[in-house]
Amino acid sequence: MAVTNYLILAAILFSIGATTVLLRRNAIIVFMGIELMLNATNLAFVTFARIHGDLTGQVLAFFVMVVAAAEVVVGLAIIVTIFRTRRSASVDDVNLLSR
Amino acid sequence: MQILGLAPWLVGFPLAGALILLVGGRRLDSWGHWLGVLASTASFGAGLALLLDLLAQPTADRVHVYSLGTWIEAGSFTLDAAFRIDPLSLTFVLLVTFVGTLIHIYSVAYMAHDKSRRRFFGYLNLFVASMLLLVLADSYVLLFVGWEGVGLASFLLIGFWDHKIENAVAGKKAFVMNRVGDMGLITAMMLMIWQFGSLSFDDVLSGAPGLQQGAATAIGLMLLLAACGKSAQFPLQAWLGDAMAGPTPVSALIHAATMVTAGVYLLVRSAPILEAAPTAQLVVVIVGAITLLFGAIVGCAKDDIKKALAASTMSQIGYMMLAAGLGPIGYAFAIFHLVTHGFFKAGLFLGAGSVMHAMDDSVDMRRFGGLMKALPWTAATMGLGWLAILGVPPFSGFWSKDKIIEAAFVGEGWRPWVFGLVALIGAGITAFYMSRLFFMTFAGRRRWPVKDGREVTPHESPALMLWPMIILAVGSVALGFVLQLGGGFTTWLEPVTGHVEHHEPVLAVPVIMTLTLVLVALGIWLAFRQYAMSAVPVEAPRSTVLVRAARQDLYQDPVNEGVVMLPGQVLTRTLVYADRAAVDAGFMSLATGVKKAADGLRQAQNGFVRTYAATSLGGLLVVAAIVWALAG
Repeated sequence: MAVTNYLILAAILFSIGATTVLLRRNAIIVFMGIELMLNATNLAFVTFARIHGDLTGQVLAFFVMVVAAAEVVVGLAIIVTIFRTRRSASVDDVNLLSR
Repeated sequence: MQILGLAPWLVGFPLAGALILLVGGRRLDSWGHWLGVLASTASFGAGLALLLDLLAQPTADRVHVYSLGTWIEAGSFTLDAAFRIDPLSLTFVLLVTFVGTLIHIYSVAYMAHDKSRRRFFGYLNLFVASMLLLVLADSYVLLFVGWEGVGLASFLLIGFWDHKIENAVAGKKAFVMNRVGDMGLITAMMLMIWQFGSLSFDDVLSGAPGLQQGAATAIGLMLLLAACGKSAQFPLQAWLGDAMAGPTPVSALIHAATMVTAGVYLLVRSAPILEAAPTAQLVVVIVGAITLLFGAIVGCAKDDIKKALAASTMSQIGYMMLAAGLGPIGYAFAIFHLVTHGFFKAGLFLGAGSVMHAMDDSVDMRRFGGLMKALPWTAATMGLGWLAILGVPPFSGFWSKDKIIEAAFVGEGWRPWVFGLVALIGAGITAFYMSRLFFMTFAGRRRWPVKDGREVTPHESPALMLWPMIILAVGSVALGFVLQLGGGFTTWLEPVTGHVEHHEPVLAVPVIMTLTLVLVALGIWLAFRQYAMSAVPVEAPRSTVLVRAARQDLYQDPVNEGVVMLPGQVLTRTLVYADRAAVDAGFMSLATGVKKAADGLRQAQNGFVRTYAATSLGGLLVVAAIVWALAG
């Protein structure tokens, strides 16, 4: 199986993630779209590490995982807090700054 | 020179008086006016002491400068605050303080029923102090301080009864017209700094003969403009008639001792500059000649006793200006006439005030008549002043005015004939209008105003008012003769005006004198026939075009409004419009444009997270496309 197939899969996953972020209103789903984009990026990193035969891409993938884990914690905390105060998880309702 | 130390006190006494009276408040109301009289008298005493001291010295040593120390120090420019004691300044000091003191005393009675008499005396003292500073200053800058002080005091005093709007307007008019003259003095000072780098009299006047023609003419004309403003000369004469709105003692002070004489003083003091500029000198003479006829013509038609006197002041100052412009032969006579005029004009004004006092503050001469019996003392003193201003020998006006007419006839070419004849005719007209004033007031049948069904009952003024009038009348009779004895006054002024050889006029002196006296007699006879022998109508008849023009001051106000005020207003309004239409509108449209653009851009910030995310993605794609395209 050609290595480029992994890259194509990464691109498809990234596009699905981006579309999710752009189209869905539920904050949880948007969040999942972001996770999907991050993991698509990870897949691309690992694939490139394989193609070039060095470990830099794999190291970067670990970094992304760590950052993603931290981001999930902060992001979920924000979403839960907003839901508690505003009784809504829609990203369109969070527009206080534009008024 | 211990006694020179008195010089600052000449100004200091009345200035202190003014400060105390104006700051002291109501607790001084009961005796404040006497403080004012005292301050003025003290100044006169100091002036007298200085005079005696100066007389004891040889003629050549009679010019002294008393410095109070450095006043202005800026780079290479230094100026002392110094007083100049010489025969010219001392003549003015004595005139101002003596006549001023008499007017102060007169005012004590004249203003007795006025609630703000204390304030009035404060202003009078300020007036005297400013005038003394003006004549004693040793530099144009210090002179300018006094000059402005005089302007301020005249503004305050002309508009003293400012509860009437026209009085306040008259004060403002005097103030504004004086500012025009002040611009002349300021410009002259700038030119002097440019030419001499100094403003003290010594530097400027000793450097004047070396001046270039153009610069000398410019400075001379600017000084003339200043003198015209202060002395109410053509074309800045319009304020003088309206200045009659002030209380009568103020009119006397303005016309006799202070204010209007300042212009003549300035020109005589600046004589070397004028001598270096024959053109400016000629303009001075022309201005003097025009004003002397202008005032005389206006004086013939005025029915208001004070305004007729004001017109006569204008005319007499015209004589002095004419003399000052004639050069060295005229200076001494200009000042001589100024001194004698100071006495008889003050006497005439105080007399007019006394008549007004008796006639319930009426000023309309058509409503006077036959006052000789009711007001014998006023009639006698005003009669002597009248003969003096006419130039009837041996009264004081004869000795001074006749000399000016003679001097006007000196010279070559057309000038002596034109100016001499103008001065001569002026004397004739003066005789007519002053006799008209005298006859309309004191002779003929009574035409007294009726109030509440009763004719007013004139009563002679109190002694406090009569004594100053009597003293001034004595001066009007004898002063001219005494001062000219043996050429005394001319010799006294020589340290300032220089020695002049006698010049022969184009007409023989006896001929000029005879002509003058014939014209004067003619003027008196005409006035006597019209205003004493025949009845004077109570309402002014329609009369000829000339008389109507003269009643309107020869249309000076419409001319001023049409020539200066209206174009000025149009100019300022145009400028304001241009400012609004071009400058303001430009900036306003810039501001509106920025605001509109901001409103448009603000629409992009809609507050939806997904829109921002889409924008980010779009940007990313664009960057990626560019990178891909460049990598090619």
